[in-house]
Amino acid sequence: MIEIRFHGRGGQGSVKASDILAMAAFKEGKEVQSFPFFGVERRGAPVTAFTRISDDEIRIHCYIYEPDVLVILDPSLIGAVPLTEGLKPNGKIIINTVKDPRDFTFDDAENPQVFTVDCSTIALEYGLGTASAPIVNTAILGAVAKATGLVGIDSITEAIKEKIPVKKEANAEAAAKTFEQLRG
Amino acid sequence: MKKVLTGNFAAAYGATAAKVNVVAAYPITPQTTIVEILSEIVADGHLKADFIKVESEHSALAACIGAQAAGARTYTATSAQGLALMHELIHWAARGRLPIVLTNVNRAMGPGWSIWADTTDSISERDTGWMQVYCENNQEVFDTILMSYKIAENEDILLPQLVNLDAFFLSHTSQVVDMYDQKTIDSFLPPYKPTIKLDVENPRSFGALTSPEHYYEFSYKIAMAHEKAKQVIADTGREFKKIFGREYGMTESYRCDDAEYILVTYGTIAGTAKDAVDRMREKGIKVGAFKIRYFRPFPVEDVVAGLSHAKKIGVIDRAVSYGHGGAFFTESKAAMYGHDIPMYGFIAGLGGRDVSIEDISGMVGHMQHQDPENMIWIGVKK
Amino acid sequence: MAKKTDKAEIIILETADDMPPMPASMGSMRVNKTASWRSIRPIILEDKCRRCMTCWKFCPEPAIYPTDPPTIDYDFCKGCGICINECPFDAITSEKEGK
Ligand code: SF4
Ligand code: SF4
Repeated sequence: MIEIRFHGRGGQGSVKASDILAMAAFKEGKEVQSFPFFGVERRGAPVTAFTRISDDEIRIHCYIYEPDVLVILDPSLIGAVPLTEGLKPNGKIIINTVKDPRDFTFDDAENPQVFTVDCSTIALEYGLGTASAPIVNTAILGAVAKATGLVGIDSITEAIKEKIPVKKEANAEAAAKTFEQLRG
Repeated sequence: MKKVLTGNFAAAYGATAAKVNVVAAYPITPQTTIVEILSEIVADGHLKADFIKVESEHSALAACIGAQAAGARTYTATSAQGLALMHELIHWAARGRLPIVLTNVNRAMGPGWSIWADTTDSISERDTGWMQVYCENNQEVFDTILMSYKIAENEDILLPQLVNLDAFFLSHTSQVVDMYDQKTIDSFLPPYKPTIKLDVENPRSFGALTSPEHYYEFSYKIAMAHEKAKQVIADTGREFKKIFGREYGMTESYRCDDAEYILVTYGTIAGTAKDAVDRMREKGIKVGAFKIRYFRPFPVEDVVAGLSHAKKIGVIDRAVSYGHGGAFFTESKAAMYGHDIPMYGFIAGLGGRDVSIEDISGMVGHMQHQDPENMIWIGVKK
Repeated sequence: MAKKTDKAEIIILETADDMPPMPASMGSMRVNKTASWRSIRPIILEDKCRRCMTCWKFCPEPAIYPTDPPTIDYDFCKGCGICINECPFDAITSEKEGK
């Protein structure tokens, strides 16, 4: 079983991202589970969401404490919340940022593999959100597919088109682009 | 057909697949999406049912009682304070022997206001005569709603049933759910045909004054129906397995055969407990998990058969009966009377507090090294 | 077993098995003739009656039919006396039953 934890801010669509990733894996015949951290949501407040992907039945029903993969939708969260807490050794961290993976060090994680991609710029190219609040939840999933190999990019784009009510094509293409532009 | 659904969608689709005739419900977090999706399904004509809009949960159940008495298969859903507001009519539905199915999304009672998981709401309805079942995952929610109608409507039973699922841990968590094929579901669950109902051609009065000469017998009949329900639940579970491939009993044992320590629990914690058992087994601890699905009727025979070989038994309750202990614990302990096995009552997860694998392993550690107690509080901030 | 008595319409429930699962009557009030409850018998005095139908409105059973003059159905009249009390013209009197 692979456990993925999403970190974003209220309004960025982290919960939807966890759902779409689960849907994509489901399309490839996996057992899946996705859910938000059950809090009171507020625009801008830190938000956590979770996805579990497995070949077998998923029975566990608690939060994810030892993720295999971290997806960080908002780089301003780094240092602000304990993101890497519990990350498994050699765990993967995918960050939406203009920076290079080498610019990041996570002292409390054991040999993390860091990947970066500039989802915000790509999202804006496809007309997703505004300059002050780009919507990156769909875009980053292409990078997640590439960095983890958990699901194919075609399943991601299909799942996006099913789950997103408007600008289906633009959202799917943005994901395809981050798949190409992932660094790390 | 398989889909990825939240627990609330699984509940709404379960009621749809059961082809209910009347839905009356009032929205309350975290149950709200059940009502939303059902109202859409009815409005779009995918379910030929009357959706009765009401101004409170009390009215919702009142509408279901009237409709069910008139011969309709009815469905409602609520949570916490909503269930409490229904309380008077919860009794009415059971004593009126109306096989209504109610999905209760287990939420903590306020104040302090909490929308999160806690089963105190449904446990508080213990003595009303309703059957109560607790679900571990979304597939079980869907399947249980189908089986509930079949069990509740059985001529020998005629009792309403509460189908419980944990707030958020199921209601807002997406999982893969197989929704089968409608024709197969129809053959498993034919339309509701009551023998006694409100009928203008054959008028009767319902729920009239009942003297001491008869009240006692009506209560006796409800008690006997609960006894019979144990068999009907088992039979329905077996029939369900034959058709759909998944088996459900009143309880479920996981790695209990050679277990020295058995953890008894229900709802979503039962799923996490299975993973916790696997991890502890890797470390050589002989532990098993025992899930109780039905709280009413309480599966005394299954509990005794499933636990009597254990050295120590722990029961995890996501609710507390103040002044004594968790209800699943006290009921299990009563069932195990005479077996002389130390029993530990753990109170965990109230108000949506997460219950992790670590918490569950800690309980087994507690059982290994400490004396039994009725109320052991897990993770109190001290 | 459910026993039907001489008065054919009255159903007596002796055992729990005879009883329906819920407190529902075994038929409508039509079969439950309530005449036996009556200790006084109301009688409408045709001469004094002004056909205002107040008695018909108030009879809770209802055992008064709106005929001209109103008639009392003595199979169902329980002898509650409400009609006697409500008649604005003192047109209903009573007799003791079984004297
Ligand atoms: S209330 Fe009196 S006057 Fe009026 S109809 Fe009845 S008996 Fe006649
Ligand atoms: S005595 Fe009572 S029951 Fe009889 S006719 Fe008058 S009002 Fe009706």
